[in-house]
Amino acid sequence: MSEPAPKRPGLAIWLPLILFGAFFALVIWGLVRPADREVASAFIGKPLPSFALEAAVEDRPGLATADFKAGKPKLLNVFASWCVPCAIESPQLAALAKQGVEIDGVAIRDRREDVARFLATNGNPFARIGKDDLSQVQLAIGSSGVPETFVIDGKGVIRYQHIGEIREEDMSLILEKLKEAES
Amino acid sequence: MSLLIKRIALAVLVLFAAPLAAQDLLPPAPYAYKQLEDPAQEAKAQALMETLRCLKCQSQAISDSDAPMAGDMRHQVRTRIKAGEDPEAIRTWLIERYGDYVSYAPQNKPIMWPLFAAPLVILLLAGILLRGRFRKAAKSEKAE
Repeated sequence: MSEPAPKRPGLAIWLPLILFGAFFALVIWGLVRPADREVASAFIGKPLPSFALEAAVEDRPGLATADFKAGKPKLLNVFASWCVPCAIESPQLAALAKQGVEIDGVAIRDRREDVARFLATNGNPFARIGKDDLSQVQLAIGSSGVPETFVIDGKGVIRYQHIGEIREEDMSLILEKLKEAES
Repeated sequence: MSLLIKRIALAVLVLFAAPLAAQDLLPPAPYAYKQLEDPAQEAKAQALMETLRCLKCQSQAISDSDAPMAGDMRHQVRTRIKAGEDPEAIRTWLIERYGDYVSYAPQNKPIMWPLFAAPLVILLLAGILLRGRFRKAAKSEKAE
């Protein structure tokens, strides 16, 4: 039995090592990469589903889809009194309201007295507040947490979603999106 | 000594303190923990809930999660099933809002095709490689 002529080991001999290296890099990348746990709404660009929520506090009316078809862009803020970051965005919401932006709130799984206390402490930037005890509106617009803020144009179409509290550095973006929603 | 007593008292008090959790105080939605009256409908709802992702606790299905939002999603699923809606229609409704990520059941979409094609491609490649090897072996045997 004659040995076949020894072939020169080509690049192929490095292939397993390269593959291993690639897998290793992938695993390390998966470990160190800051995980993105936010689920963005897939409902941007679509009209608000129809809903009608009863008022969450005494001095503000409830909220319905029709309220968003008045021709002017508005903010829809999904919040809750039990949500800690919601208090953080209060000054920003107040500033937006002061600039003439209408902000409508949806209080998620909240008791009336708790909403009232939350607004007494943090200020009330809302024109209307609907009470969403079963997260129905939240689910219907593809929101997965509190706080979230949606820009709704004058025809009631969802134009932009901001996940998490609105910080000072987000203000220009929100105003820009509101302006875009005017067209 | 009184300091020690104070400390013990404090430790005991801490045991009974309510945790300051970011959780709402409302009772769970009616159908969050209650099964549907009709066992056939409940079975349908259960099968669907096991394949829907909880958005708050993303490695759990809504059927496994105690997050209030998962409870509200279960309520949503059960009431819709009760109203006679098709489970797949409910899944589609949720996917329209949250994307494919909300469903654990793979959707038949073009992006999945490479995944299904991969075993075939690998088998084919292996076949071609092996054929080459066998031919070589047969040739060298003949040569002897």
